[in-house]
Amino acid sequence: IVPVAGLCPQGSYGIQDSLRSGFTSVKNELLPSHPLELSEKNFVLNQDKMNFSTLRNIQGLHAPLKLQMEYRAARQIQRLPFLQSSNLALDTLRGSDDTIGFEDILSDPAQSETMGEPHMMVEYKLGLL
Amino acid sequence: MATLAVRRAPLGGFSFENCKRNSILESEASKVGFSVPTARKTGTTICGVVFKDGIVLGADTRATEGMVVADKNCSKIHYISPNIYCCGAGTAADTEMTTQIISSNLELHALSTGRQPRVATANRMLKQMLFRYQGYIGAALVLGGVDCNGPHLYSIYPHGSTDKLPYVTMGSGSLAAMAVFEDRYKTGMEEEEAKQLVRDAIAAGIFNDLGSGSNIDLCVITKGNVDYIRPHDEANKKGVRHGELEGVQLTGDYRYKRGTTAVLSKVVNPLDLELLEETVQTMDTS
Repeated sequence: IVPVAGLCPQGSYGIQDSLRSGFTSVKNELLPSHPLELSEKNFVLNQDKMNFSTLRNIQGLHAPLKLQMEYRAARQIQRLPFLQSSNLALDTLRGSDDTIGFEDILSDPAQSETMGEPHMMVEYKLGLL
Repeated sequence: MATLAVRRAPLGGFSFENCKRNSILESEASKVGFSVPTARKTGTTICGVVFKDGIVLGADTRATEGMVVADKNCSKIHYISPNIYCCGAGTAADTEMTTQIISSNLELHALSTGRQPRVATANRMLKQMLFRYQGYIGAALVLGGVDCNGPHLYSIYPHGSTDKLPYVTMGSGSLAAMAVFEDRYKTGMEEEEAKQLVRDAIAAGIFNDLGSGSNIDLCVITKGNVDYIRPHDEANKKGVRHGELEGVQLTGDYRYKRGTTAVLSKVVNPLDLELLEETVQTMDTS
């Protein structure tokens, strides 16, 4: 089990939320709470990397380069930072617009009970924070 | 001034927020002697067999929750596509959701390719999903169907390995069912023979395994036709005592006959009521 950075306290104000995450300990901050947590967080990223490298091996450098440019463009089509965007263009490019998985059924972000603070999130996006 | 931590866009899918809390609760609870509720499993017997014209899938119908029978007649043969069905053993919710997701995916895929879906496609989708979750999704499946290349039968394990075989069994009663198959399976059986063989295999699981019970469901898939027989055979009937005189109603009637309790004395007090006031209130029926 490899310790990983980035699992720091996730409650509001940057303080450990004792009710949900238990008491603070160094182990809690370094180790993931479930073996699948890391692999799931990076799943789409890893899948894309694998697809691009296969494409590079089959069709040469230009194909994945051009596709990555299109991904970057599609990723910029978003609603305001605190609103949920459908990412339709990105899904179509990836080919996941005609598949359904657990990420569409469980904890749908469009139906989450909490919302980011609009002013904070816009300021963060614009780099003013 | 304190600033709120800016939230990243939340991803859908499994949320691992409560894992640490759950593991702490579990260890605390076991110290006190209280046990955490377990998931409902389908300790099961499921099996499938390839015969001359197609596939016969069979399953029992008991769902258990620890040592208690949670569902006496649950349906373990799930629909994947008109020509493909899948039996599920393991955690009941996992098999249900996994087969539904794969069914939706296959439907979208079939619409996109314009062809009838193949069993190998369903198999590949299932194994890739189960491997992604490293066995944490407890679904052991028997997938069978008939497509343009003929009848196919696969068994899929929770960690994502698959086997393509002419006869397969899964679940806690799989050894009992496999014993029947190993004894009597032949290639190129007729439909009735195959149905009888599957029925006997599931019955072996029902009578010899605690986790399997109740009825036997069958699903016969041939090219262009599916027979979903539920129940095919009621191996355990409730309320009928096995092996006693036939024709005699053995289930008791729990109502008592009039006069069972003796009446000791009877006193009647007529109540004198006088009429004080009489009003009529009409209902508003407009």
